[in-house]
Amino acid sequence: MPKPFTPKVITANALLEGDVIYMSATGWTRDLARADILTDEADADLRLIEAAAQTDKVVGVYLADIKDENGVPTPVHFREDFRARGPSNYAHGKQEAGKQEQF
Amino acid sequence: MYHYTDFDGAFLKERNAQFRAQVERRIDGSLTEDEFKPLRLMNGLYLQLHAYMLRVAIPYGTLNGRQMTRLADIADKWDKGYGHFTTRQNIQYNWPELRDVPDMLDALAEVNMHAIQTSGNTIRNVTADHFAGAAADEVADPRPIAELIRQWSTDHPEFQFLPRKFKVAVTGSENDRAVIKAHDIGIQIVARDGVIGYKIIIGGGLGRTPMIGKVLHDFLPQEDLLPYLEAIVSVYNLLGRRDNKYKARIKITVHENGIEDIRARVDERFALIKPLFTGIDQQTLARIEADFAAPDFKTASEAPYHHARQHDPLFRSWSDTNLAKHKAPGYAIVSISIKAHGKTPGDATSYQMRLMASLAKRYGHDELRISHEQNVILPHVHKEDLPAVYAALKAAGLGTANIGLISDIIACPGMDYCALATARSIPIAQDIATRFDELKLEHDVGPLKIKISGCINACGHHHVGHIGILGLDRAGVENYQITLGGDGTQDATIGERAGPGFSADEIIPAVERLVLAYLNLRAEPAETFLQTYTRLGLAPFKSALYPETQTATAA
Amino acid sequence: MTQLINDTGFVPEDWTHGFCAQGAANDCLALDLPSDADPAAIDLAEGLQMIRIDFPSSADGRGFTIARALRLRGFTGRLRAHGAVIADQYAMARRAGFDEVEVTDEIAARQPADQWLARANWQENDYQSRLRG
Repeated sequence: MPKPFTPKVITANALLEGDVIYMSATGWTRDLARADILTDEADADLRLIEAAAQTDKVVGVYLADIKDENGVPTPVHFREDFRARGPSNYAHGKQEAGKQEQF
Repeated sequence: MYHYTDFDGAFLKERNAQFRAQVERRIDGSLTEDEFKPLRLMNGLYLQLHAYMLRVAIPYGTLNGRQMTRLADIADKWDKGYGHFTTRQNIQYNWPELRDVPDMLDALAEVNMHAIQTSGNTIRNVTADHFAGAAADEVADPRPIAELIRQWSTDHPEFQFLPRKFKVAVTGSENDRAVIKAHDIGIQIVARDGVIGYKIIIGGGLGRTPMIGKVLHDFLPQEDLLPYLEAIVSVYNLLGRRDNKYKARIKITVHENGIEDIRARVDERFALIKPLFTGIDQQTLARIEADFAAPDFKTASEAPYHHARQHDPLFRSWSDTNLAKHKAPGYAIVSISIKAHGKTPGDATSYQMRLMASLAKRYGHDELRISHEQNVILPHVHKEDLPAVYAALKAAGLGTANIGLISDIIACPGMDYCALATARSIPIAQDIATRFDELKLEHDVGPLKIKISGCINACGHHHVGHIGILGLDRAGVENYQITLGGDGTQDATIGERAGPGFSADEIIPAVERLVLAYLNLRAEPAETFLQTYTRLGLAPFKSALYPETQTATAA
Repeated sequence: MTQLINDTGFVPEDWTHGFCAQGAANDCLALDLPSDADPAAIDLAEGLQMIRIDFPSSADGRGFTIARALRLRGFTGRLRAHGAVIADQYAMARRAGFDEVEVTDEIAARQPADQWLARANWQENDYQSRLRG
C-alpha cells in the first residue's frame, strides 16, 4: 500500500537574501505560519514544479513535512523548526523585529 | 608577512570582477543555479540554512592588524557585527546578501585578502601551524611554502573541478599543531644533515571514514615540491571516484588502490611534469622567505611580567594556560581565547577584532594568527608587555584562561547555521563550558580537548578529540555520540566510539560523568585525561558513561 | 547541434572528417574520448590530427587533466573540449592545453559570445605559468 500523503508546505531559500521562505496563497513569505498547507499529493507536486521554475527568485525548492495545528503549519522535524525560527545562539534572522513580513 | 606583488593585486581585481559578473549572470539567467553553485563555492560563498555564508581565507592563519580591522569593518557593514573563526583558519560571515558579496570581496582585496577556494571541489585554503615563525621547536617557518602552494593552487586550471575538496596543511615542527595527518596532503618540513626537505603525507582525513595519512615521500627535495604536488593532484583527479561523494576523497583513493600503486603513478606523472618547472618557483620562494623574516625582536626587562605573576592571581592563571614558549629570549606566544564560557566558540565581535588588531600593532610586531582550534594568537609579545595585553583583553571579554582546557572546545557551526548539519553543536559547547565553569574544576582537570561536530563530515574534528562528540539525527531527534581517546597531534589517533548516543539533555551530564571518572582514575594529578585513557582503555570510562548497563550486568 | 568557440568567439565548424572512438582503425584522424579515458593508454599515432574530450557535466574536471596529460605526452594536434563546458571554464580549458571548445546550442544560447570573449585573455593573471617559468 502506498504511504498516505502527509501535509506539506513548499519551502526554499530566497535567491538574493538567502532567507528561508515558504509558498503562501499570495506568493512567497518568510513566515511559516502564513504558508499554504498542501494536503493533496498531485496538487503538491504540481505546485512544487511551478515554484521550482521561479529560478530568478528562489533556490533549492522542496516539500517539507508539517503538522496542521488548527490551520497553522507547524514543523515535524527539528531541522524545519530551526529553519522556521533561526539560530539558537543569537536572536538573528527571523527573530529580529520586522523580519516576518511578506517576501 | 607576505607582501602582495602587482601580479597578486591584478589577479584579485580580475577575479573579483569575474565574480561580480557571475553574480549578475546568475540573476539574469545566463547561469543556472547548478552552474553558478560551483562558481560561488570556489569564491567562498555558500547558501546555508538561514542565509548565505561567506568564508574568507586567512592563508596559513596569518594576518596583520590592518587586515583584522578590515574583517571587523566588513562584519559591521555587511553582516551582524561579528565573525566566526573556523577550524581551517578561515573567518565566516553568516548573514551576507548575494548582491553585497562582490563589494565585500573588493573590500577584502584592498587589504590583500580574498575568499578564493575556501569551498568547492578544489584545493582549499592552505593551513599551517599557528605558531609558525615563533615556536621554539620548529625546523623552519612553514609559511613560505604555504604561500608558494597558495599561489600554485590558486585558479589552477586542472584542479577547479576535482572529485571532492582537497585540503593541504603544512608544519615546520615535529610537534604537530596543524593536524597534518588528517589532511589530503600533509607536509612536514624536515632537516637531514642540515639540508631542508619535505615529508609528504597523503590520504588522511576525518569525515565518514576517518583515516590517518600515509607517508608518500619521506624526504622530498625542496625544488621538487610543486611538480610533486601537481603530480599527486593530477593522479587523484583522474583516479578519484566520482560515483559516490562519500568515497571521493583521496583517502579512499589511497585506501582502494594502495599507497604503492599511488606512489608509482605519482612518480610517473612527476617525471613528465618536473622538466616544465625551470626553477623560477625557487626564486619566488626565496623572495617569499625574505618577506617572512623574523621581526626585530626587542630586548627589555621581564620584571613587569614576574611582578604581575606574583601579585595578580588572575594574570598568573592566564599566563599558565595561554602562553607558549617563543624562540626569542624574553618573548612569549599569546593565545587569546575566543572561548569565553557560555559564548559561541570562535565568534568574535567587531569590537573584539579591532582590539586584537590594536594590541598586535602596539605590542605584537603587527602580527596575528588564527588557530585551527578557533582562537586568535599574538605570536610575538615581549613578556614586559604581557600585563598590559592581559588587562586590555580581559576588559573586552577576551581574557579567559582556558587554552587547552575543557572549555576550549572546538565546535563546528552545526545546525544553527550549516545546511549539512544533522544536529546542533554550538549549544552543546556552550553548556559544557558553562557547567564546568560552575563546577570550578577545569584547572584541576587540566589538558583536555573536547571537539564537537554537528554531522559526519567532522568539521569539528571530533575523531581527534580526547572527548569527541558527534551530533546526529536519530529518528527526528538530536542524538550525540561520544568517541574517546582521539589525538590530533604527531601521535594522531582516531577516537573509539564509546557506545550508544545521548539526547541533547543527557549529553552534558554524560561528559561530566566521564570527567569525574577521570579524576578518580588518574594515577597522579599530572597524568592527563588522554594518558589515563591510553593506560586504562575504554572500559572504566564506559562504566562511567553507562552506569545503568553496568548495574544490569552486575545483577 | 553544437557551437564551436575559440579565442575569437563563436566560429563555424571547420572539421569535416568526423570522429572515431578509441580502438578504431589506426588511420583515425580525429579521436573522441570519454571523460574517464586514461590518457597514458591513448595511441598517439602519427596521422592523428585531433582529439575531442567529453565533459559530461561542467562539474566534472577530468577532461582538464586528460588534456594536460596528452600535451605532456607530446601531442601537438588539435585538442577540443566537448559538451557541458561553461564560459567560466574557457580560460581553464585553454590553460590545460585545449585549443577550442564545442558546446551544446542550449549553452551557447544562454551564454552568448561576449561571455566567452571575456575569458579570451586566458594568458593573463596566470599563477601557474609564473611559477613554471
